[in-house]
Amino acid sequence: MMKGLKKWRLFSLLAVMTVFLSACGEEYISTLKPAGAVGKEQFNLLLFSITIMALVVVVVSVLYIYAFLKFRRSKQGEDYMPKQVEGSHTLEVIWTVIPIVFLLILTVPTLISTYKFGDVAAMEHVDENGNKTALIVDVTAKLYWWEFAYPDLGIVTAQELVVPTGEKVYFNLLAADVKHSFWIPSIGGKMDTNVENINKFYLEFDEESEGLKDGVFYGKCAELCGPSHALMDFKVKTLAPEAFDAWVASMKATEGQTASKDSADLGEATFAASCLGCHAVSSVTGMPSGTAMGPNLSAFGDRSHIAGFLDFNKENLVSWIKNPEKYKPGNLMTGKYKVGNNNPDELSDEEISAVADYIMSLSVEK
Amino acid sequence: MDLNTKFTPKSWPDHAEQATLEGKNKFVGIWIFICSDIVLFASVFATYLSLKDKGPAGMDISAAELFGLELAFVMTMLLLTSSLTSVYAMYHMKNFNSKGVLIWMGITVLLGLGFLGLEIYEFYEYTVHEGFGFTHSAFSSSFYVLVGTHGLHVIIGLVWITGLIIRNMKRGLNLYNAPKFFAASIYWHFIDVVWVFIFTVVYLMGVLG
Amino acid sequence: MSSVAISKKTGFGATLWDYLTTVDHKKLGNMYFFAGLLFFAIAGFEALLIRIQLMVPNNDFVSAGLFNELLTMHGTTMLFLAATPLLFGFMNAIVPLQIGARDVAFPFLNSLGFWLFFLGALFLHLSFFMGGAPDAGWTSYASLSLYSPGHGIDFYVLGLQISGAGTLISGINFIVTIITMRAPGMTFMRMPLFTWTTLISSALILFAFPPLTVGLFFMLVDRMFGANFFDHTMGGNTIIWEHLFWIFGHPEVYILVLPAFGLFSEIIPVFARKRLFGYSSMVFATILIGFLGFMVWAHHMFTTGLGPTANAIFAVATMAIAVPTGMKVFNWILTIWGGSIKVTVPMIYALGFIPSFVAGGVTGVMQATAPLDYQLHDSYFIVAHFHYVIVGGIVTAIFGATHFYWPIMFNRVLNEKLGYIVFWVFFIGFHLTFFLQHFLGLMGMPRRVFTYQADQGWDLYNFISSIGAIMMGIGVILLVVNMLLSIKGKPVNQRDYWGDGRSLEWALVTPVPFYNFKQTPLIRGYDPYWIEKHEGNKEGMTYAEPLGDIHMPHGSILPLIMSIGMFIAAFGALYHPDGVSWSVPVIILGIGITVACMILRSFKDDLGYHVHKEEIIALEEELYGKGGNK
Repeated sequence: MMKGLKKWRLFSLLAVMTVFLSACGEEYISTLKPAGAVGKEQFNLLLFSITIMALVVVVVSVLYIYAFLKFRRSKQGEDYMPKQVEGSHTLEVIWTVIPIVFLLILTVPTLISTYKFGDVAAMEHVDENGNKTALIVDVTAKLYWWEFAYPDLGIVTAQELVVPTGEKVYFNLLAADVKHSFWIPSIGGKMDTNVENINKFYLEFDEESEGLKDGVFYGKCAELCGPSHALMDFKVKTLAPEAFDAWVASMKATEGQTASKDSADLGEATFAASCLGCHAVSSVTGMPSGTAMGPNLSAFGDRSHIAGFLDFNKENLVSWIKNPEKYKPGNLMTGKYKVGNNNPDELSDEEISAVADYIMSLSVEK
Repeated sequence: MDLNTKFTPKSWPDHAEQATLEGKNKFVGIWIFICSDIVLFASVFATYLSLKDKGPAGMDISAAELFGLELAFVMTMLLLTSSLTSVYAMYHMKNFNSKGVLIWMGITVLLGLGFLGLEIYEFYEYTVHEGFGFTHSAFSSSFYVLVGTHGLHVIIGLVWITGLIIRNMKRGLNLYNAPKFFAASIYWHFIDVVWVFIFTVVYLMGVLG
Repeated sequence: MSSVAISKKTGFGATLWDYLTTVDHKKLGNMYFFAGLLFFAIAGFEALLIRIQLMVPNNDFVSAGLFNELLTMHGTTMLFLAATPLLFGFMNAIVPLQIGARDVAFPFLNSLGFWLFFLGALFLHLSFFMGGAPDAGWTSYASLSLYSPGHGIDFYVLGLQISGAGTLISGINFIVTIITMRAPGMTFMRMPLFTWTTLISSALILFAFPPLTVGLFFMLVDRMFGANFFDHTMGGNTIIWEHLFWIFGHPEVYILVLPAFGLFSEIIPVFARKRLFGYSSMVFATILIGFLGFMVWAHHMFTTGLGPTANAIFAVATMAIAVPTGMKVFNWILTIWGGSIKVTVPMIYALGFIPSFVAGGVTGVMQATAPLDYQLHDSYFIVAHFHYVIVGGIVTAIFGATHFYWPIMFNRVLNEKLGYIVFWVFFIGFHLTFFLQHFLGLMGMPRRVFTYQADQGWDLYNFISSIGAIMMGIGVILLVVNMLLSIKGKPVNQRDYWGDGRSLEWALVTPVPFYNFKQTPLIRGYDPYWIEKHEGNKEGMTYAEPLGDIHMPHGSILPLIMSIGMFIAAFGALYHPDGVSWSVPVIILGIGITVACMILRSFKDDLGYHVHKEEIIALEEELYGKGGNK
């Protein structure tokens, strides 16, 4: 009997431990394992406020449990008539003033951080040549993908944000259709992408994403935006400054790159006929930020995921092209081309397979 | 006091509208309702102010050139006067003069109708001659909804007061209908006050740019 | 089951007609209660489907589109159509008794308020069968709700417009009732806390619902009549919707939680056998919470991009609300301190409420910390937070009050044993469901996701959370079983069922006759019944008037017909964007029906009727045996 009980205890202890040990989450997505200065400050604020709040909870609980245990009718006697007190001014003052003091303490870091995170003045700073000194990324959220343009570098990419570590990266946030929200949990707090105005904020990336599970941090859309809101993920690759500069250079080198209908490669020819209208294969498009119809594919081969959330392999890519609606309901690629093996204007299995090979070959890192 | 009691000018209470519990409820109720209506108008005013002159790229209509003060001034005068005439009606109610109540309430209705007619004319001019229809822009939508919400209140007030006049044409004042007249008159004053704000915010501030 | 009317044994048709035309606050209270319970069950079922879908990663139990409909309808129904009417049920049933009134100030409007709410709710739920429910979340943010195809959002806009009008009417009614119809001696500072919270909550309705009405109207004309309030390409601005919605939406939380506070402030003193500690500070805190509730709406919009100054101001204002709320919690604890605590089902809900609500409150302060909220906003953390407040605060109040007031409302008792089982199943399920969701949010899980990929560290917690939700579902089913069982139970037929009743409603012998107190009671202090009881008064109360004729209002079918008129008009508006020729005529027909009813009503004097002294004596003898209500 005792042994069984002990085993049961051990088991439940283990179960509870498992639950709480997993309470910090994965480092590529958890706010509890911050990898950027903004996220770290927010995490510290979390710890600070939890400490104060835990104090409140403990005080309330102790008073409450004590009162509950001590003043039970079973102890007081069935006929016990308590003294009918009206209240106490002293106590009222105490429990009004103490919370106010606690809140004032909490207010200080709140105000400091609010103004600090809201400071985007550096976006306007220029060096002697008139070039912006800060790295600025124009983020455009669309149903259900993300465009990342680097207006001062003249390049654009999609779905995988690439940023250097160790400096403040500033963001211009806008939505092209409905409202979304830009969130990289492990780097720092979010900001909405509105349809009518540009929101600005900054983040800092302190750690290179190289060693992470997929080599990237996870980003999320945090505002309900339609059926595939849950799948509107993006990824963030953080590089050391030199590596970032190299990446920028190779992205710039894709200038002029395009797909030709006359290509001997079936994939490229099919892509040129059916896909190029929406998807550019050069990172230097010359178009204003946010105007592209579909995600820029110039660095597709370097991505860690397909469509933002599927594992990166050819099989998934083929399935995705064949029936995007199945994977992301409500996406705008559905219906833009026909799939089938009967008519010449339909994409056949062979063509899709070739297109997949072609897209996967588009890379600036390999 | 019973609702069916017959009164003489001497026995008529000073505050007939609040002499019964029902009357008092109506009196408090209409004020509470007006509190709520104020918030409603405040929300519409705020929206109008933030959407004023906002429209699709290249919109060539602005408040400064669209609005004129002449018509709005006449409308203001009509409505202000109608407020005054409804005060006369309440004055006669205090003196248990049923005929006076009906006549002055009748004049209030006529003035209100005049106001409404001018408003419809104004909307017609904007829509047909200026091309400033309801769906023209965010500015037009917010303008028509703001002024139109007020216009709707005027229509409700007119139907209400007309109904009261017809219903009580022949039967004189009692403690059942006195609170009804009183509530309608408070409501009418409220509509008037809202118009003063519309005149200021939409027309005056519009013309001044 | 219901409170007794003069008519005795009647057929089903007559009973139905009685309920369709009634203006009796007790019957309307019961109708609100059961309508609220119905929608609570529906929304609870939707929640279960949501949790089953999220039980395991990459689940395909429901489709993405259906999931969005479920989450929208769950939130909308729970707030507008379940919590509000359930609380309105108690307000209607109890507040007139607590202040010694015959009925509410406007019995006709009371009935109209109910039917507008009910038909609006019905209209909204028809969407499931008519091409799809709304799917833009209960907040229905403008860009998405304009983009959303089909009629779902139209159902949302029109349904809420109608039921919101009903709520506003009821709010005005309660305010006037409490201001003008208190029994002699019932000064404001002698009113029970539930009456106070009803008053403040109604005042919040008064100021919060108009912005919602306006916002919904903008959405209505935008979607159905080509206006451009929220279309940014035509100069519109979607942030206006966010402001209007949250100017309503934040006070809405207090509209619900204040009456819940009021209910606990009634329950705790009775079972602690001790006067509510710090009554005047409780009243002050209630007013202060109501006032501050209007100053903080933009804390829902910290990430909208209003700028650091706006965020800072709203952060500090939000934190300030914690102070009066804290005052209340300490006052409750000090009420049981030194008392004689009897643990009953209502009391155990009250005891469970305090820690749960404090947990919900402190996470609220954490989110008021604007820079921290950038991380928490729209994550599962906020889902956990507001369920701690709403389930831990409001639902426990409703369940507790159901047990507490069942004897007065239905002259029956709910089973204690089953009551405890329900409490423990529901309470444990509740914490299991929502406690871990705090961590899910912190681990990066956004809210309103229909599925999630495996191995992001969220699998285990989501699974446990779903188990908890199933327990909550079982708890609610058992509660309904308990209610059904009570039909067969023994009638209570006594006053002061719990033995330590303090406020006026406990001075009435149940079943409560349709005119409430046969003579208006005289109020001699706070906790008037307690005072009388302890001075040895065996007749319940001292009365302010001799027994005489009682003036009562007539019932009327017009409120139902007026509501049906609005219901019809809503269909016209719904199909207007489809370009059908009959839409405008149907709108005019529907509004015409409503207006015709109003004209009919004003042209037919309704002076009410008198119940004569002899009839009262006869009825009381029939109800309570010889001697009547003594």
